Amino acid sequence: MSASPLHQTAAHPVLQPKGGLQPQGVLKLEGVEKSFGANKVLQGVDLSISAGEIVVLMGANGAGKSTLVKIIAGVHDADTGSIALDGVAFNPSSPAEAIRSGVCIVHQSINDGVAPDLSVAQNLLLDRLCNGETGFFFTPGKARKEAQTIAATLELDLDLDRPVRELNLADRQLVSISRALAQNPKLLILDEPTSSLSQREAERLFTIVEGLRASGVAILYISHRMSDIRRLADRIIALRDGRITGTFEKPLNYEAAVNAMLGHGLLATRNQAGERGEHLFEARDIVLKNGSAPFSFALARGEIVALTGLVGTGKSELAECMFGVRKPLAGAFELLGQTYDPANPGEAITQGVFMTAKDRANSSIIPGFNISGNLSLPFLTSFSTAGTLNRLRENQSARTMIDQLDVVCQSEQDMLSALSGGNQQKVVIARWLSQPSRVLVLDEPFQGVDIRARGDIGRKLRETAQERATLILTAELDEALEVADRILVMSNHTIVGEHRTADLDMDALLAQISGASVIAQQAASISDAAHGN
Amino acid sequence: MANTAKAQTRFRDLAIRYGFLVLLLVIVIFFTVMEPAFMSLRSMVFIFQSVSITAVLALGVTATLVVDGFDLSIGSVAASSMMAASYAMVVWGLGSVEAVALCLLLGLGVGLFNGLLVVVARVPDLLATLGTMFLLLGLQLIPTAGRSIAKGMMMPDGSTSTGEFDKSFLFLGRHRLWDIVPVSVIIMLVLALVIWFFLEFTRWGRVMYAIGSNELASRLAGAPVSRYKIAAYMISGVSASIGGILLAARVGRGDVSSGNNLLLDAVAAALIGFAVLGVAKPNAFGTLVGALFVGVLLQGLTMMNAPYYAQDFVKGSVLVVALVFTFSLTRAARR
Repeated sequence: MSASPLHQTAAHPVLQPKGGLQPQGVLKLEGVEKSFGANKVLQGVDLSISAGEIVVLMGANGAGKSTLVKIIAGVHDADTGSIALDGVAFNPSSPAEAIRSGVCIVHQSINDGVAPDLSVAQNLLLDRLCNGETGFFFTPGKARKEAQTIAATLELDLDLDRPVRELNLADRQLVSISRALAQNPKLLILDEPTSSLSQREAERLFTIVEGLRASGVAILYISHRMSDIRRLADRIIALRDGRITGTFEKPLNYEAAVNAMLGHGLLATRNQAGERGEHLFEARDIVLKNGSAPFSFALARGEIVALTGLVGTGKSELAECMFGVRKPLAGAFELLGQTYDPANPGEAITQGVFMTAKDRANSSIIPGFNISGNLSLPFLTSFSTAGTLNRLRENQSARTMIDQLDVVCQSEQDMLSALSGGNQQKVVIARWLSQPSRVLVLDEPFQGVDIRARGDIGRKLRETAQERATLILTAELDEALEVADRILVMSNHTIVGEHRTADLDMDALLAQISGASVIAQQAASISDAAHGN
Repeated sequence: MANTAKAQTRFRDLAIRYGFLVLLLVIVIFFTVMEPAFMSLRSMVFIFQSVSITAVLALGVTATLVVDGFDLSIGSVAASSMMAASYAMVVWGLGSVEAVALCLLLGLGVGLFNGLLVVVARVPDLLATLGTMFLLLGLQLIPTAGRSIAKGMMMPDGSTSTGEFDKSFLFLGRHRLWDIVPVSVIIMLVLALVIWFFLEFTRWGRVMYAIGSNELASRLAGAPVSRYKIAAYMISGVSASIGGILLAARVGRGDVSSGNNLLLDAVAAALIGFAVLGVAKPNAFGTLVGALFVGVLLQGLTMMNAPYYAQDFVKGSVLVVALVFTFSLTRAARR
């Protein structure tokens, strides 16, 4: 699948490049609609992707991105509308059929794309093993040879005999992508591929994706990470509430794209700085990692501080130290002037230091419990007399929290699995707001949350902030700007800068975030992101 | 249209919630019609007595299932406890209180050992308790060189033992209150009540369910997960040792081969319990009903002259039906 014949097509006017000659659209969707019950998920989507082009699909949670991808991949059928692949009507009835036709997908969850106990070689050949192309006898030697051929063409530099479970996330991602590429796809769909990768790993992925573009593969790249988008996008399509709300050609106007995705600009509201009281919490000469520089900071009553920095720079490690999950290598914490050294989360909670961990599905939610049970879990002692639970009081408190945070649900007896992601996150936040705290640490509180819920959560945090110190950890600079009075910047497991949101020197902030290890281009791209705001 | 759909969901919810209890009722009515003696007090008491030891063990294993663990060693803990009680009285000449205390300590100790294997040594629960099971099966044979223990038995060194089973110990297994209700049934019911209350209504029970549902989230909500897990295995161990005491008191000797079926029967009762009330999770009430369900079936079939060798087949069938009920119907309704 290299250079496709140049061919004139009657495409969406916005897609016409300046030269007039139009490369043939590999994938073309017209008027695609899809409903689940009464819920109209897609309401007439037109989309076209050409060979050798990276189209970024941006959309908030619930905008319909996944449904769109699933229709293209043959998981769902569209209710109405047409899909064409290379000009031929395309209605895959199963993912296997979509793959055979040349549409490959790399899913967001990396471990869905690999079989961890098989070797790299076996993983590369997995699709062929599954569809029976390989015949009944398939000796390890033959497999290895074929896998070597694939690895050589893709320049995959991994030990083919190693089991995939021994690889790090980035390498697994690479295997998963290589597996898709072994099918010689015409269209490659990448769903949030960088969400669990570090900066360096993401960089490697970008190089590969750029190589694919050069070789003529059409790429649909789903992401709402600005740094990815700036780096790769040839064209941006914004999806909101099941409709395409904007198509942006080069030169790309990112701010307009974000606007089209969200319906309003990033910084709709700027907070007035809270009343700043005395220091509640102090960290002195903390060392998080061997060889990283010691750092100190203080958190005052009433203020909201954001700790920002790229993924993998040590933010979560700091939060875990503050919550008694682990110990810093050196340094000490003080709470209200007293030494604070919690041995476990239980002790931290007793002393009034609360933390919401990132990745709520794994680390916050009790799926077998209803809303009420999820809210009360850390504070069961206060809901019980002589060990016996008082459910009336528990449910009453749950109803209060549901009201305060506008959690959309039938009652406090709803199971968490019945709630949307944003509402689940509200329950997680509500849990730690339901009792007074001295220090509240929130690790990525806006992860996987749509713009409405994000606004609700941010507002609630501000409303309740007077009596405690609040520390919000986020990799997204715009989130930090939106909620915080003060921003601390973390890089290489140490704090490298401090800014007041009110009088912000954006250039200095960006220089600190990007650190020494990140390439200049990256810093520059983040820099326009911020200036765009 | 919408109303019928609503009525259907309602019906399905009711079916999931009470289906198993209704099935139990239907089976009881069926046996009563076929064999009126089934409904007699004597027959009812016999059913309770026949499942009492199984149920005691099953209630213990329920505690480990709640924290998403598993205890395969309960059968051999019960057997060891039986041998220990017999040995203490027959060989050492101890009284019943000391013998019972020894057994309970043994149960707690094995539970602690299992808990440490799982929590500290990080051996997966099934493997850890399988190891313990094997260990105990062998260990209980060593003091008597593989012989069963009875009054006046020959010791490995050629002498004859002098002690005997204490009367008050045998009381536990053979006495009937008001000449009709066996003590073992009372113990089963009290233990069921205690464990049910503990799991459903105390904060400790709540935390144990939380750990079983999401261990990391429970840890990050401040729960001392390791201690709770060890406690669960200790509850399981001590329940199993109570089962062993009741068995020894009923049989009146330390029989090496008795208790072989206890593990499977108890685990089956606890798993059938998932389906009772359609909660799809381990629970004490369900475990008790699960044990009784099997007891009712076996008693009814026996009275209708079904051959004894069909018993395991019947138990297996009930278990499979209950598991299908739990994992397909209940899960589907949750969605």
